[in-house]
Amino acid sequence: MTDATLRSLPTAAPTSAAPPRRDIGLKRRYGAERRFKAYGIAAVGTGLFFLCWLLYTVISQGYTAFWQTEIRLPITFAANIVDPRGTGNPDMATLQRANYPKLAQDAIVAKLGIDPADRGAARDAAALVSANVRAELRDVVASDLTLIGKTQEVWILANSVVDSGVKGQFDLSVEESRRPLNDRQLGYIQQLEQDGALEQRFNWGLFTFGNSSRAEAAGLGVALIGSAWMMLIVLVVSLPIGVAASIYLEEFAPKNKFTDFIEVNINNLAAVPSIVYGLLGLAVFINYMSLPRSSALVGGLVLSLMTLPTIIIATRAALKAVPPSIRAAALGLGASKNQMVFHHVLPLAMPGILTGTIIGLAHALGETAPLLLIGMVAFVADYPATPLDASTALPVQIYMWANEAERAFVERSSGAIIVLLIFLALMNFFAIILRRRFERRW
Amino acid sequence: MTKSLLAGLALGTAFILSAPAYAQTAEPIQIAGSSTVLPYANIVAENFGEVYPDFPTPIVESGGTGGGFTQFCQGVGSNTIDIANASRPISANEKKACATAGVTDIQEVKFGYDGIVFASAASGPDFALTPEQVFKAMAAKIVVDGKVVDNPNTTWKQVDASLPDQPIQAFIPAENHGTREVFEVKLLEAGCEASGALEGFKASGMDEDAADDACIQVRGGNFTTDIAGDYTETLARISASPQGIGVFGLAFYEQNQDKLKVATISGVTPSVETVASGEYPVSRPLFFYVKKAHIGVVPGLAEFVSFFLDEQMIGPDGPLAAYGLVPAPDAEREEFRKSFEAGTTIGL
Repeated sequence: MTDATLRSLPTAAPTSAAPPRRDIGLKRRYGAERRFKAYGIAAVGTGLFFLCWLLYTVISQGYTAFWQTEIRLPITFAANIVDPRGTGNPDMATLQRANYPKLAQDAIVAKLGIDPADRGAARDAAALVSANVRAELRDVVASDLTLIGKTQEVWILANSVVDSGVKGQFDLSVEESRRPLNDRQLGYIQQLEQDGALEQRFNWGLFTFGNSSRAEAAGLGVALIGSAWMMLIVLVVSLPIGVAASIYLEEFAPKNKFTDFIEVNINNLAAVPSIVYGLLGLAVFINYMSLPRSSALVGGLVLSLMTLPTIIIATRAALKAVPPSIRAAALGLGASKNQMVFHHVLPLAMPGILTGTIIGLAHALGETAPLLLIGMVAFVADYPATPLDASTALPVQIYMWANEAERAFVERSSGAIIVLLIFLALMNFFAIILRRRFERRW
Repeated sequence: MTKSLLAGLALGTAFILSAPAYAQTAEPIQIAGSSTVLPYANIVAENFGEVYPDFPTPIVESGGTGGGFTQFCQGVGSNTIDIANASRPISANEKKACATAGVTDIQEVKFGYDGIVFASAASGPDFALTPEQVFKAMAAKIVVDGKVVDNPNTTWKQVDASLPDQPIQAFIPAENHGTREVFEVKLLEAGCEASGALEGFKASGMDEDAADDACIQVRGGNFTTDIAGDYTETLARISASPQGIGVFGLAFYEQNQDKLKVATISGVTPSVETVASGEYPVSRPLFFYVKKAHIGVVPGLAEFVSFFLDEQMIGPDGPLAAYGLVPAPDAEREEFRKSFEAGTTIGL
């Protein structure tokens, strides 16, 4: 700028009558500013574009997963099938073994008006009903034993190929042998739809069922519980340790080579690939401490280790942001160092600490790689009763469903991504609210 | 603020404790290994959980055949897996690792077959391939007029006049898959021999090993792409470039017939029937390996294996065949069951 001013001075001064205008490079500087803004907008725009793309693909593929085709059938709980010994009060084992698919087949054959002697037609009709009917009808009978011998309308899950077909996820125009539903079955579906006996209802099962190889009966229940257990463990383990470590390092520890060394290590650990923590967890928690494989406890501990550096770094930053005047005032009024930290500094740093913790938790919630080696990338059908039981996690469930061959799992993996994104958004939103409400500015 | 935090924690805990009553109690059977066997193991595990309510549903991990054996051979005890799924037999190195860790009594269980197919986009032309054509299209070096040359073919039509006039682009399983070995042995090696390239390689001065290696050397570049992920990735690649042709498991193809068209090999259309009869050449057996030391210790392990091998599972009308498993012939299935009951272990 100085160069430009010097050069412009002698030429402008003598000739013009108007007061000389110094060329201070306004145009160039405004130009630079405009360009910089344009780069910024381009950068944000690119980011937004990809975000929208991601959301569009996930939501357009996944929203159908929240609705599930079900068939309403008048099921006759024939006593000779449900309670073959005629006790009138069958035990659980008898109920467990009863031939429920037969009940469903009889019901659908009667409903569609098929001649039961036409085995092929009966088989095609029965194939419309999910194999999960066994568990569904068992639960219905088990909850009300008086149903035995009576007929009751029950909504039961349709087979996943019916569901995908109704939702238009199969190309039904290709020749019959190339699609999973034949023409006769399509006719049945139409007939049931016209009767109002086949419709898409809200898919509660997506949130309550465990994993299943039958797409229509596969749900996130076990994954949600597993993720919840792990988040609780991460919170309980890494928050106290992380906060204690950072308070000591920030407020009490002398500044020397040793603490510098620790600081470098913590920053390093925050950048270590997460699979390394999985290896560590396998070696320490499973092989050395003999904790059960695939359990939420081991998963939670591994994720705690992974989250610790994030929490320590966030906590130290929050503590540093508390002005020294607060400390000086507290000490000046006769508070001990301990009182100064716990009565004054820590409460003021709390919003920052919690924000850091929630962001760390959100990171841990979306992590799959460390869980691979401790056996949590697994097919788990039963609910875990305690953190010591085998369970799985939300992102793991997405990964497993994404690798399935059946078409119905495509929408389910996208549906699970939507659920995970909602959880992550809620956590980050909560972090922002905490910061807004409790943050102090000096 | 502390109050709201506590309330949140209480809510979270309540949510967790509200888990349904039919939860796990005893130690479940733990299974890991091949992603090809995974869906079959899932189906059996799920049915097992329903039929035997006294035992918890087995836990089935993915991780590939190699990964499964690594875990399997870590030792004997409650924190090690009980069953390793495999899409190929256990290798000598893996046996050694098992023996070192004290896993000495291993029962090998074969339960069926899997066909490997070539499939292309349903909208594209039909492919009728032979191993020889596959070799000529995908090998790095072929023999033309008695001379070893870098593969000059760029379109299928150049390989053989009967094939469609479209560029060669194949998506094949990467080395980490058990499927790759089947692809190499049954297609590339067979094609190498049939086309006379093996003789040509040897005639050009290569020794036996070098000639064998040259047979299974694929060209890479735009012609062949290794897929390290699952078949879903191969399908996505074919959807993106409809001129491509990909290697799939028969079961995967059968689930996606509206999007894929299968290629015949040597004139035989792959199907459960043609693979079972041995007419279709590219198939392999599927296995799982059981730790004998865990039988009787892990509740339900013996029952699970028997249930897996039961006619209602691996039989031609069972759910595994419905998913795409190629059932073994009747006599062979009987043999699988007998061999497990006899407790025969593999030699280490």
